Amino acid sequence: MDEIKNKIVGILKDVTGLDNVGQDADQDLFKDGVLDSMATVEVLVTLQDDFGIQVPVSEFDRSQWSTVNKIAQRVQELE
Amino acid sequence: MNNITPYSSPHYFIYLLLLLLPIMIGLWFGKRFKFYDFIATVVILIITFFGGNMSQGLSLIFYILYEMLLVFVYLSYRRKKNNFWVFTSFVVLAIIPLVFVKLDPLLKNATISLFGFMGISYLTFKAVEIIMEIRDGAIKDIKPYEFLRFLLFFPTISSGPIDRFRRFQKDVVKVPTRDEYVELLHSGVNKLMQGLLYKFIIGYFFGTLLLPKVQILVMSYRDQAPLGISWALVAYMYVYSMYLFFDFAGYSLFAVSISNFMGVKTPMNFRAPFKSHNIKDFWNRWHITLSFWFRDFIYMRLMFTVIKHKWMKNRVTIANFGYITLFLIMGFWHGETWYYIVYGIFHACAMITNDAWLRFKKKHRKKIPSNKFTEAFAIFLTFNVVCFSFLIFSGILNTLWFS
Repeated sequence: MDEIKNKIVGILKDVTGLDNVGQDADQDLFKDGVLDSMATVEVLVTLQDDFGIQVPVSEFDRSQWSTVNKIAQRVQELE
Repeated sequence: MNNITPYSSPHYFIYLLLLLLPIMIGLWFGKRFKFYDFIATVVILIITFFGGNMSQGLSLIFYILYEMLLVFVYLSYRRKKNNFWVFTSFVVLAIIPLVFVKLDPLLKNATISLFGFMGISYLTFKAVEIIMEIRDGAIKDIKPYEFLRFLLFFPTISSGPIDRFRRFQKDVVKVPTRDEYVELLHSGVNKLMQGLLYKFIIGYFFGTLLLPKVQILVMSYRDQAPLGISWALVAYMYVYSMYLFFDFAGYSLFAVSISNFMGVKTPMNFRAPFKSHNIKDFWNRWHITLSFWFRDFIYMRLMFTVIKHKWMKNRVTIANFGYITLFLIMGFWHGETWYYIVYGIFHACAMITNDAWLRFKKKHRKKIPSNKFTEAFAIFLTFNVVCFSFLIFSGILNTLWFS
């Protein structure tokens, strides 16, 4: 799980260009403006490539993907 | 008897509240009467669409049967296969009636829009959402009566807010507890009162009392300056913007309020849009269910495809391409006139500029002050950009320049 989280934080840093992303794994990424629609799609596409999972856009419910912890959980479920 | 536009007259509210009473008593005692809900829907639809010459009502019936056929044929296809082009064809077919209705004024040929009835856009959004989610596997099963109940949910039938099938379904299959229902009634009554204030007092003041007078002024200064620009035009911009907001937000409050009475938490459509800090923020607060629909079913899907197939490299270019496509579609959806399309392009440019500014700000964070004054300035600037876009949207420039 920690490995997944580290990978996710790495992706978030690459996409947003912010170094302090992921310090708090429960930070709400949408509310705090870390991810906009465009960044979200980039994260999803990278998750698909890196983890080999399929995330259909309508399955993408913001409330289920809003923090690093939640993303990690969803990735684990879809893997 | 003529068609009654929902929430437009005291008659409608009286009929509505009478019809709602059995539903509310049922919910109070923890029951949903499916059959009565169906009868109430039929009665409301008759009041709304079958007064007068019935053409709207017949169009509605044909339209619903057509969309239903599409959705269920696609559902049975999707259980076996998942071809991109089949999916695309079904989406196109689902949109075609709306396209015809929108093209009608342009072609000046009333015969092609057989499907013309009030609210066709909103039903199309719902039908397309269902097809897209069936493709993604998010909707695995849907019964014909569930489809009808969702599409024909009468509080929101004429102008939204646009709910989502799975969210709506969660509300209608369960009965709220007494405490939850008391909460919903409370929220419903509040929203009804706020809606009355917005639509029939403030909206009426700006739209019915003030706007026609300002319009006469605007036209009287027509020949005084190049392009007829005058202070009256500036006044028109603000008066129209206020009218647009209070009228539409009032209507949306009614729709949410009546949904609440029926035990359904239809999402809100407005969240203090004139307090937005930038244009992106504005689209998260103005006609929210529409802009989120466009975001989820057009923008994000388009971005997804472009990035996945690496059609473009630069992320700024991709985002800007997305904005232009999105807002052009939104412009065309509003109607085939130059001012709706210019309104779309204007908002795309505003979004692109805003993104560029945010990138600049990120780079020079230390040098750019951020305090109460800059915040107030941001709100002021956004408000004026938005009002200017509504001036374009209002069509007054068309009257001023070309008629």
